[in-house]
Amino acid sequence: MEILLSISVGVLVAAAVYLMLARNVLRFIFGLILISNAANLVIFTSGRLTLGAPPLIEEGALLPPEGVANALPQALVLTAIVIGFGLFAFALILVYRAYTTLGTLYSDDMRVAEPRSEDAG
Amino acid sequence: MSWYLSLPLAIPFITAIFAFFARKSVYGKWISVIGSGASLLASAALMYVVLQEGVIAGQMGNWPAPFGITLVADLLSAVMVVITAITGFAVAIYCMGEITERMEYLGYHALFQVLLAGVTGAFLTGDLFNLYVWFEVMLISSFGLLILGGRKEQIDGGIKYVTLNLISTILFLSGIGLIYGMTGTLNLADLSLAVERVENQGLLTVVAVMFMIAFGVKAALFPLFFWLPAAYHTPAFSVSAVFAGLLTKVGVYALIRMFTLVFDHDVQFTHTLLLWVAAFTMIVGVLGAAAQSDFRKILSFHIVSQIGYMIMGLALSTKFALVGAVFYLVHHIIVKANLFLIAGVANRIAGSTELSRIGGLYKSAPLLGILFLIPAFSLAGFPPLSGFWAKYILVAAAIEIEAWVIAGIALLVGLLTIYSMTKIWGQAFWPAHPDGIEPKLSHMPKFQRWCYLLPIAGLATLTIIIGLFPEPFVTFAERAADQLLDPTEYVTTVLGERAP
Repeated sequence: MEILLSISVGVLVAAAVYLMLARNVLRFIFGLILISNAANLVIFTSGRLTLGAPPLIEEGALLPPEGVANALPQALVLTAIVIGFGLFAFALILVYRAYTTLGTLYSDDMRVAEPRSEDAG
Repeated sequence: MSWYLSLPLAIPFITAIFAFFARKSVYGKWISVIGSGASLLASAALMYVVLQEGVIAGQMGNWPAPFGITLVADLLSAVMVVITAITGFAVAIYCMGEITERMEYLGYHALFQVLLAGVTGAFLTGDLFNLYVWFEVMLISSFGLLILGGRKEQIDGGIKYVTLNLISTILFLSGIGLIYGMTGTLNLADLSLAVERVENQGLLTVVAVMFMIAFGVKAALFPLFFWLPAAYHTPAFSVSAVFAGLLTKVGVYALIRMFTLVFDHDVQFTHTLLLWVAAFTMIVGVLGAAAQSDFRKILSFHIVSQIGYMIMGLALSTKFALVGAVFYLVHHIIVKANLFLIAGVANRIAGSTELSRIGGLYKSAPLLGILFLIPAFSLAGFPPLSGFWAKYILVAAAIEIEAWVIAGIALLVGLLTIYSMTKIWGQAFWPAHPDGIEPKLSHMPKFQRWCYLLPIAGLATLTIIIGLFPEPFVTFAERAADQLLDPTEYVTTVLGERAP
């Protein structure tokens, strides 16, 4: 199971890097979304994966039985997903706004803040 | 005890809520100033307690460490919180002069306070995942502040700032996942003990480098700094002042914290890497500044170059070098924020930040000229200002362990810094204004003039005080460096009876 998830992390990162190397900012954002999901899977996998062993503590016991999944990474992943959701909503709106005000989605043409020296002179 | 730790965090959040509801009234800005003043008092109280009692820690929700979220303040954290509050207070006053009603209506003051809360939280937390959350708080409010107003340059700079910072965030998050997988803890104090038990130390070094890259983007290290000069010259001047003073320094703080407390297992590799990075950051930053012709762009590149000095102190990792790094952090925040505030005044009275389009500031506004010279000379390292002592300690620390090359680079970069400052002086202050106007401070309304000049004068006074009486500050930095080099007190305070 860990191997399967590791491979999917690898595939996600590879696809994300491919997308992020594009000059189109929208593609870049899609790449970011993929890579952030890869990061979430990394955290999820780092908690060790077990099958059919819920982390429940029996009545009167202080510790859960041996071999249950660690619940903390799942909580961390949830937090990270929520935060990521907010950030990407913002990023998408920003890209849309950039498209309407700058009239382009290509990062090479976004030179308002850093004009090329021949344009400035 | 935990009140001292949570008040500097709670006050900006409460202020943000009130400021948001008062955004349509004239009181919003006053709420922001009063809130920042209250944070300043709260952080001063925190500093007093830390000075008296040493490291203090509080467990949120009374879950004992390492299970709950820990807030810790050692001397480094405390001084960073105080300096954040000082910068926040100064800039909040400045905002009263600069921020337009329209930007207030869009929630400027609320975002500003949330940013301060995020920065303070990052300095106070003792938990790695919590640090990530504070980074996000800081990031999302800085996104808002950066593009508030929606001018073309802002959107353009915003795209680069947002995308590159998101990458660093994701790397940080993956690093957290991996280190949790190896050690089973995220509490920083617990981590510093747990990393020794990790079997595969090589894997730990890989994770250390992931954190180095993630924080390196935040701190604007070479070769990861490109978002900074692309964005910092675009927003309102008060925004760029608080960004310049605080945001990159959170990255530096995180690097210092992680690479003294947790990742000190393979110093030979990590700190050598940091030393190279520091050298390149210094050189590339200062050369980049030399090529610019805009007031704020020059200053932005100087942030990059100055970050190199702090990382140099961390990379040398002797006590004396860490003293220099801590001293440099404090000095730099004050000076850098101040220079951006001055750029704002220059823009207000002379009409631009492009150096070729302004001039005559020294003749018609000599007070501004003097106020500029103090932080500018301090940045370049002239005695008797604060920057001289900061650079002196770092260079002396490098010579002490015979690191001649880095000492030479540090001195050379200091010299080139003077070149840039002279360029600003020689184009904005000395020659006559190209359009023939006389930029006078008295052209501003009286209230606005005071709001602009009071914080600048206050920060300049601090620079002079640190410069003239460096001894208590150096003694303080020595104590902070001792705590960094020997984290026993930090670990035992956080973990209590669980500590070995």
